[in-house]
Amino acid sequence: MSIKNVFGRISQHFRRQDETAKVAKERLQIIISHERVQRDQPDYLAAMQRDLLDVIARYVNINKDDVRVELERQEGCSVLELNVVLPQQ
Amino acid sequence: MAKIIVVTSGKGGVGKTTTSASFAVGLATRGYKTAVIDFDIGLRNLDLIMGCERRVVYDFVNVIRGEANLNQALIRDKHAKELFILPASQTRDKDALTLEGVGNVLDELSKTFDFIVCDSPAGIERGAQLAMYFADSAIVVTNPEVSSVRDSDRMLGLLSSKTKRAEEGKGQISEHLLLTRYCPKRVTKGEMLSLADINEILAIPLLGVIPESQAVLRASNAGVPVVIDSESDAGQAYADAVGRFLGEEVPFRFLQEKSHWIKRLFSFKEKEAV
Repeated sequence: MSIKNVFGRISQHFRRQDETAKVAKERLQIIISHERVQRDQPDYLAAMQRDLLDVIARYVNINKDDVRVELERQEGCSVLELNVVLPQQ
Repeated sequence: MAKIIVVTSGKGGVGKTTTSASFAVGLATRGYKTAVIDFDIGLRNLDLIMGCERRVVYDFVNVIRGEANLNQALIRDKHAKELFILPASQTRDKDALTLEGVGNVLDELSKTFDFIVCDSPAGIERGAQLAMYFADSAIVVTNPEVSSVRDSDRMLGLLSSKTKRAEEGKGQISEHLLLTRYCPKRVTKGEMLSLADINEILAIPLLGVIPESQAVLRASNAGVPVVIDSESDAGQAYADAVGRFLGEEVPFRFLQEKSHWIKRLFSFKEKEAV
């Protein structure tokens, strides 16, 4: 390993350790956008999601992770979107 | 009618009381009759930052309970003529503040004051909720640090739903971001979230940037709000923020790293050469 190579590695090591602000920003953007979605949801949504799942599970064998419930607000109305991935026969 | 301003943050220790004190002094020195109220019941501290801790006789809770009238409880500030302080109570009774009681005190103050600054406690409990409930404007104090930014976003959510204005549909509270303890040198190094990063995440109008400054501790040691130290960077930054709040166009300062004297000397030489 040449001296130049070693030097580059050392400086890269220090730089990566220093530039933590980027990591902070990315982490914040993810958690805050997630929390904003939850904040805007009505309290009954979680309970309703559970009930819906129970009904579907009575008929089809589904994985709870394959269900996505989203409430989207549009002008004048709210759209409840239910995504269920059904297992292949 | 007074304009009610809440100074809030969610997270503790980011500079709410420092900001409330300096903002109140800043407004009062410009001639506006101002009251500043400590909502941190049980942990009174605004009095210390304002340097009036030995003049507290009656407090906010005494007034709410009818044990004293407002004029008895209000402390005249020694730095600014138009400024009065309403200290928090040291009671451990968590229910000492009531919505009705706070509303009555604010109504009474509104008759004669121009501005009422509400210094919110940390957290999202009763004191914090009541501090923001009647507000017309909110100053969200944020440090360039992940937990502070996240908590600020949470407070913005509460401000848009859990206030009188929101409940009565009287329009949004005006929200202002005040970034404190900012360190341009560490931003340049990539060690600290930048102003642009935080602006992008929180997306509310920027009121001011207070640089990390030794003047803040000196000011609290002495019980003299830092805005009065007009020689200091933090004092000047607070004065700028007050100006912006009142609608003045004030350019932002202290966003760049202070250059070393050798660098300054060289840049001077370069200019000469040109």
